[in-house]
Amino acid sequence: MSEARLVQGNEACARGALAAGCTFYGGYPITPSSEIAEHMVRLLPDAGGVFVQMEDEIASLAAVIGASLAGSKAMTATSGPGFSLMQEHIGFATMAEVPCVVVDVMRGGPSTGLPTSPSQGDVMQARWGTHGDHPAIVLAPSSVGEVFDLTVRAFNLAERFRTPVILIYDEVIGHTRESVRLPDQVEIIDRVRPAPDSVDFRPKAAGPNGVPPLPAFGDGHRFHVTGLSHDERGFPTDDGAVAGALLSRIHSKVADHEDEISAAETFMLDDAEVAFFAYGIVGRSAREAVLRVREAGIKAGLIRPTTLWPFPGRQVAVAAKQVDKVIVAEMNLGQLIGEVERAAAGQAEVVGHLRADGEPITPSELVGAVTAAGGGN
Amino acid sequence: MADVKTYLREWAMPHVLCPGCAHGIVMRGFLAAIDQLQLDQDKVAVVAGIGCSSRIVGYIDFCTLHGTHGRAPAFASGLKLARPDLHVMVITGDGDGLAIGGNHLIHAARRNIDITVMLLNNSIYGMTGGQAAPTTPEGAVASTTPAGNTEPNFDACKLMIGAGASFVARVLAANPIEMSKVIADGVRHPGFSFIEIISDCPEYYGRYNKVGGGADMLTWMARRDAGVAVPLSEKKFVEHVPSSAVPLGMTTGVLERDIRPVFTGVRRQEPL
Repeated sequence: MSEARLVQGNEACARGALAAGCTFYGGYPITPSSEIAEHMVRLLPDAGGVFVQMEDEIASLAAVIGASLAGSKAMTATSGPGFSLMQEHIGFATMAEVPCVVVDVMRGGPSTGLPTSPSQGDVMQARWGTHGDHPAIVLAPSSVGEVFDLTVRAFNLAERFRTPVILIYDEVIGHTRESVRLPDQVEIIDRVRPAPDSVDFRPKAAGPNGVPPLPAFGDGHRFHVTGLSHDERGFPTDDGAVAGALLSRIHSKVADHEDEISAAETFMLDDAEVAFFAYGIVGRSAREAVLRVREAGIKAGLIRPTTLWPFPGRQVAVAAKQVDKVIVAEMNLGQLIGEVERAAAGQAEVVGHLRADGEPITPSELVGAVTAAGGGN
Repeated sequence: MADVKTYLREWAMPHVLCPGCAHGIVMRGFLAAIDQLQLDQDKVAVVAGIGCSSRIVGYIDFCTLHGTHGRAPAFASGLKLARPDLHVMVITGDGDGLAIGGNHLIHAARRNIDITVMLLNNSIYGMTGGQAAPTTPEGAVASTTPAGNTEPNFDACKLMIGAGASFVARVLAANPIEMSKVIADGVRHPGFSFIEIISDCPEYYGRYNKVGGGADMLTWMARRDAGVAVPLSEKKFVEHVPSSAVPLGMTTGVLERDIRPVFTGVRRQEPL
């Protein structure tokens, strides 16, 4: 561990990326994510990496995908309007199975919205923003230290499952400075590569866990990469059976490992009668609210997902059998609440505390929400 | 010259291109250029967008990336910055490169990144069924300009010179020997090289504008005739004119060649 020092959320993201082995950053300036780029341009060269500022967010993710195919661990970072532009290439990276990390620091939307204010309005776009059926891995940190940890995890999951991974957090997490000790060493997972001399190499034939080994361009395997439906050789086909099998395999890579990818932290849930479901900065307000209402004798607890997608439905279902109420607090007009309702399946009452005015949800508000919801009764 | 089959994925044939389409001639000319240069086949990466010309990358045996519509220069930039030892080339079309991808093309040119872009200009959107492109001449018929195109068209080479490309050339699919030589020059050029290759689309442009089939279109291209709206049988060709004065307003050959600093990204210049 290094010395404790004040670190901003966006700086923690850049440092986490470097710790994970990132050697390429391509991006476009946008508030409130720009500090990630500004740290990367200073840190990457001495780590042997390359930084480029591209002409827009579409190009940024395209460059990242190109760099990843060249064998680099690569990332970009953006915010709402830029995240909309990146959807095209999130789909390409999913289909072509190119590992990469996309960070979305959420601000108020839609459109230009509230550029300097926090929101959690992009969590459904992170799941379904690109067209067609596709899996999504989306991680959501709640503190500066967790931004670092989950950035490392995002790279590891991207490499392991040969897929884009999205790290999503609100402007408050991005701009908050906290005293943290960042680890010097982290666990690193690298993509599986084919043996250099493998004959009849098929770039899209399933390997371990359904993930095909991925060579780098220039390392001796000459192969084709396309966003069209393709066969195991990576060549386009409109054969329905082949196209269907490809989509199923891409889906299963994530679905078959849902329990491992999905993650939620619980706090004082064991005897709780009312549970908050909250993530990002709201997860921290909810934790404080749990402590405050317990002082007043109300048994409250917290489910705080750090993986939003695949949605940690199993943890929510277990909690719903035990508590009377789940209060879903999110800085949007109701996005993950639908998933919570589906997972709770009527076992607990699900109510929303929703806010989309650019102000973070405070602990006091949530104390009030518990009272309004009738406490634990 | 080695057999071009060395550079083909024969298992991927037959290709999707229409009879009479000159893109096949361009593909062969490109492979001849690669052969002239004697590049290591494993170190050649060819990136394409979406459209007829972009489908060429499926059939050539290099590392090939068939990306998204218009974005090939951006994919290629990331690839080149991450692996400077690769010879990175782009095959794009006029709609792909100049309409949806215009922004990526001009910025790759401005940076002077060391990639070669070959833009196959057939004056129309072929893959989607013959719609007007930014290169469709005024007056020409396309499926979205049934009464004739009323928009001015792009001069891709002027655009590239204006954007700062350090090597700009225009060649004709009807002149494959010169085409290969210029492509090889472009690949050798340190920095961003842009080669517009005038191709044809007999299936849509030729049919809609009654200028005949592939052979007819190559003939008017070779003779540098305007080739719009008059069937070949009724056409009186002008005699061969020197490349400095062509009826189409298309000057061919190398139009810009300059040595400028090459962009390699923000990176440590000396080894760690």
